[in-house]
Amino acid sequence: MGTLFQDLAAQFNQAFIEADRWQRYLSGIGISFTVTLGALIIGIILGVLVAIIRTLHDQQKGTDHSVLLSVANKFCEFYTTVIRGTPMMVQLLIMGFVIFKSSRNLVGVAILSLGINSGAYTAEIIRSGIMSIDPGQMEAGRSLGMDYITVMKDIIIPQAIKNILPALGNELITLFKDTSLVTVIGLTDLTKAAQQIQAKTYQAFMPYIGIAIMYLVVVMILTKLLGILERRLRESDRR
Amino acid sequence: MKKYFALLLAGVMALSLAACGGSSSAPAAPAETQKEETAAEAPAEETPAAEEAAADIKTVEAGKLHMATNAAFPPYEMISDNGGFEGIDVEIATLIAQKLGLELVVDDMEFGSVITSVQGGKSDIAMAGLTVTEERKQNVDFTESYATGVQVIIVPEGSDIQTVDDLANNKMIGVQDGTTGYIYCSSPVEDGGYGEDHVTSYPNGAMAIEALKGGKVDAVVIDNEPAKAFVQANAGLKILDTEYIVENYAIGISKDNNGLRDAVNNALKELIADGSVKLIVDKYINAEN
Repeated sequence: MGTLFQDLAAQFNQAFIEADRWQRYLSGIGISFTVTLGALIIGIILGVLVAIIRTLHDQQKGTDHSVLLSVANKFCEFYTTVIRGTPMMVQLLIMGFVIFKSSRNLVGVAILSLGINSGAYTAEIIRSGIMSIDPGQMEAGRSLGMDYITVMKDIIIPQAIKNILPALGNELITLFKDTSLVTVIGLTDLTKAAQQIQAKTYQAFMPYIGIAIMYLVVVMILTKLLGILERRLRESDRR
Repeated sequence: MKKYFALLLAGVMALSLAACGGSSSAPAAPAETQKEETAAEAPAEETPAAEEAAADIKTVEAGKLHMATNAAFPPYEMISDNGGFEGIDVEIATLIAQKLGLELVVDDMEFGSVITSVQGGKSDIAMAGLTVTEERKQNVDFTESYATGVQVIIVPEGSDIQTVDDLANNKMIGVQDGTTGYIYCSSPVEDGGYGEDHVTSYPNGAMAIEALKGGKVDAVVIDNEPAKAFVQANAGLKILDTEYIVENYAIGISKDNNGLRDAVNNALKELIADGSVKLIVDKYINAEN
C-alpha cells in the first residue's frame, strides 16, 4: 500500500511539478478560456442576427416579403443546415487547413470556427425563445405605435432571454468542452498540454485524470454562476 | 418514481461492474492450458534458450505476442498493399515472436496510445520507433536499442533556413504530436530547444507538412524516413543536409512484466548478434538510397 502511494506521488510529481509542468496546464486552460469567450461572443452575435432574420421572415407569413429578406432568410437556413450537418472537427480542419491555410493566428482560427459553429445552435435557441413569446405582445406593441425593432429590443428579447437561459448555459458548457477539439489545428489548449506531457513522460493517468478534474471544476463553476443569474432574473416572477 | 429510478440505476451499475469483472477473468482460464501447449510445441523448432524463455513469460493472450504500433511510420511500420502490416519493426517483432515460440499479432493504434496500451496490459510490446529518454524510463521498460532514428528538418525550397542553427531565429517549427522532435524543439532555450512558443504540434506528420506548404510553419522536424516520403510526394520541399538529432529506437514493455522484458531483450540481442536485425534494416532503408 505504501509503495502504491509512493508511486502515485512520483507520478503526480512527474506530471505536474517537475519542469514546472503546472504552467503548461495553466496556459492551456487560458487558451481554452480565450477560445470559449471569443467563440461565445461571435456565436451570440451571429445567433441573434440569424434568429431575428428567420423569425421576421416566418412571422410575416402571407404578406409580401421583400426580396432582401427572402434572400437573407435562405442564407440563414443554409448556414444552420451546413453547420449543424457537419462535424465540429471537420469544420475545424477545413478552417485550419483549407480556408486559413497560411494563418499563424491559431487562436483566431479556433475562435472563428467555434464561434461560427456555436452561432448556428445559438440561433435556434434564440429563435425558440422569440417564438415562445405570445405574438399578441408584438401586435400590442405595434398597435401602440412602437416600431418593430423597439418591440423586439424592449419587450420580446428580454422575456425570451429569460426563457432560454438554461439552454444558452448548456451551449456555453458545450462550447467550453468543445475547445478540446482545437488540438487538431495545432493549438495548445488544456487537452493538448496533457497530451504533450503524456508523450514526454509516457504516463497517461495523472495528466488525463488531472485535466478531466480541471474541466469538471470549471463547468461546475459555470453551472453555479448560471444558476445565480437565473435566480436573479426570476426574482420578479410570480410562479 | 424517483426511488424506482435510483433502484434501476443501481441495478444497471451493479450489472456493468459484473460485466467488467467477467471479461477480465474469462481469458485467464484458457491461458493456463494453452501455455503448456506452446511450451510443448516449442522444442520441435526452437533453440533451447528460447524454449526456456517461453516457459515463464506471460503475454496478454496465450501463445500470441501483441505488438502495439502506429502503422503510419514508414519504413518502420506501415500497412502493406494487401492490407497486412510490414516494415522494420514488424519484421523484427516477427523474428522475436518466433524465437519465443509465439505468434505475432499487430495492434494498430494512434501513436499516443501505443505506450498506454502496454502499460494497461492490452498489448505485450510497444514497437513504433520509440526513442528512449530518461523520463520515459520511469514509466516503461525499454529493451536494447535495435535501430537508429534520425530527425531531419524539412523546409520549402528557397527557405532562408540552411542549417539547424537557423531554426533559432524566431521561426515557427512544425512537429508531430508526441514525437521526440516535439520534445526537443519545445524544450526551453537553455536546454537546447526553441521554447513552446516556437513550436506547433500536429496530430500527424502529414498535417505538419500541410501546414508547412501553407506557410503556417517555417520548417518541420520529423524522422528521416517519413520525411523522405513526404518530400517525394510534395514538390517544392527539401530536407536539409544537416541532421537535427540522432537517437536510438527500442521496444517498450510494461514495468510489471519482467519475464517478458528479459525474454524479448534476450531474443533481440541474439538477433542483433547474428546480423538478422541489420539485414532487415538494410532491406528497408539502405536499399532505398
